[in-house]
Amino acid sequence: MLDADFFRRWMTATAASVDREAERLTALDSPIGDADHGSNLQRGFTAVTAALEKEAPDTPGAVLILAGRQLISTVGGASGPLYGTLLRRTGKALGDAAEVDRAQLADALRAGVDAVMTLGGAAPGDKTMIDALVPGVDALGDSFGAARDAAEQGALATIPLQARKGRASYLGERSIGHQDPGATSSALLVAGLAEAAGE
Amino acid sequence: MKMLINVAETVVADALRGMAAAHPELTVDVENRVIVRRDAPVEGKVALVSGGGSGHEPLHGGFVGPGMLSAACPGEVFTSPVPDQMVRAAAAVDSGAGVLFVVKNYTGDVLNFDMAAELAEDEGIQIAKVLVNDDVAVTDSLYTAGRRGTGATLFVEKIAGAAADEGQPLERVEAIARQVNESARSFGVALSACTTPAKGTPTFDLPPGELELGIGIHGEPGRERRAMMTSREIADFAVNAVLEDLSPRNPVLVLVNGMGATPLLELYGFNAEVQRVLAERGVAVARTLVGNYVTSLDMAGASVTLCQVDEELLRLWDAPVATPGLRWGM
Repeated sequence: MLDADFFRRWMTATAASVDREAERLTALDSPIGDADHGSNLQRGFTAVTAALEKEAPDTPGAVLILAGRQLISTVGGASGPLYGTLLRRTGKALGDAAEVDRAQLADALRAGVDAVMTLGGAAPGDKTMIDALVPGVDALGDSFGAARDAAEQGALATIPLQARKGRASYLGERSIGHQDPGATSSALLVAGLAEAAGE
Repeated sequence: MKMLINVAETVVADALRGMAAAHPELTVDVENRVIVRRDAPVEGKVALVSGGGSGHEPLHGGFVGPGMLSAACPGEVFTSPVPDQMVRAAAAVDSGAGVLFVVKNYTGDVLNFDMAAELAEDEGIQIAKVLVNDDVAVTDSLYTAGRRGTGATLFVEKIAGAAADEGQPLERVEAIARQVNESARSFGVALSACTTPAKGTPTFDLPPGELELGIGIHGEPGRERRAMMTSREIADFAVNAVLEDLSPRNPVLVLVNGMGATPLLELYGFNAEVQRVLAERGVAVARTLVGNYVTSLDMAGASVTLCQVDEELLRLWDAPVATPGLRWGM
């Protein structure tokens, strides 16, 4: 079973990997975006870890709702509302339970991903964060490690795609051949789950 | 790349502190990143709030003042501000007559302003929104996030701001803002990329002998790259691209806008070519503005925005305005 502590570890692990990968995320965002994805997410997850230290919510849902609210208030850009919505909606779907299992988390995350698709208007194949999140959540039924690998593959699979949403879409065919920064950071978020689970 | 900064992390806060020192007629909340007219809320009048990433100065903070915006929310460089800023701004300027959000059509700005509108309405503030999407370089909106908002933002903020200043009600101010956006089109070119403080190197690689056609205002590459052209050739290309999409029956306002690093000497020369093309195409010019108004950090290049105006819009354009970035008649 996964308790609030597991969810705090998930956020902390994600914050650490966003820190480590910030320059790479910004570099990926440079040829097809506006070169700020890494620094923006870094600012957001720094705020998340600070808020979790200060408040220490005692349910999985409350951890994610607090984290999502921090991202909305600090990241800006499209990433703030999109990642914020993902975590808040997942947190709301988990309700007040003190512990949840992996299947419940997968269902809740699916609700979160659906909310992101509604908010951003993106579908799988549009070269966005959705292309890492959907396969990641689908594989969560098997194991945390499988989810991590599927999300990573999903991020890599954005390279040959033409962007149809977000700032990269303005480049038309010139967006082809670049890995999507949003899918890459989403893969980090899913990898954070595996790290929190020790897989 | 050398920059006149301390460290990248404090660029926006440093600029806001300097702006506060230069403009006592504005209230600049550095911590919460909101720039407000000192006399806000103005009794009985609709307020205009805009915002967006920093790096486009004087947009938006430089357009706060009588006759234009009531408040502006600067985000990080090229990054939309957050809903907290927008709600704070709306609360600071609302006189009870409602607030118009002027939003450039970028996914981040749209999402954050949508969230802010919900939160502000929860606080009892009446919110209307207008989306600016004037960039003709984005041709096929079916496969993009829609057309980008660029130079027309200045026309929308100035003309709707004048309508609000006259005491027109929210639905009227919103309708005028929408009319201005629908009447305006832009096209931009870059002779160089720009360098964000966070990255420190140019956002894309543009060799000396080439230019990008159809750029936005965020240092992203354009739709197409060509061998360097003359001012005359660029004017032909840009104006014709705009006129393919806009067939003005009325006279137009012309904005020849620098992207940040192109000298006025070049911009005026470019304006001469723009006026020549307009004359050749039989388009009457009502007013012209030349300068750096909607910029992209240190990008070299220019954009052309045309906005066709009827007598009412022209009257509102000519109305007095007193902001750091645009000022006449008062």
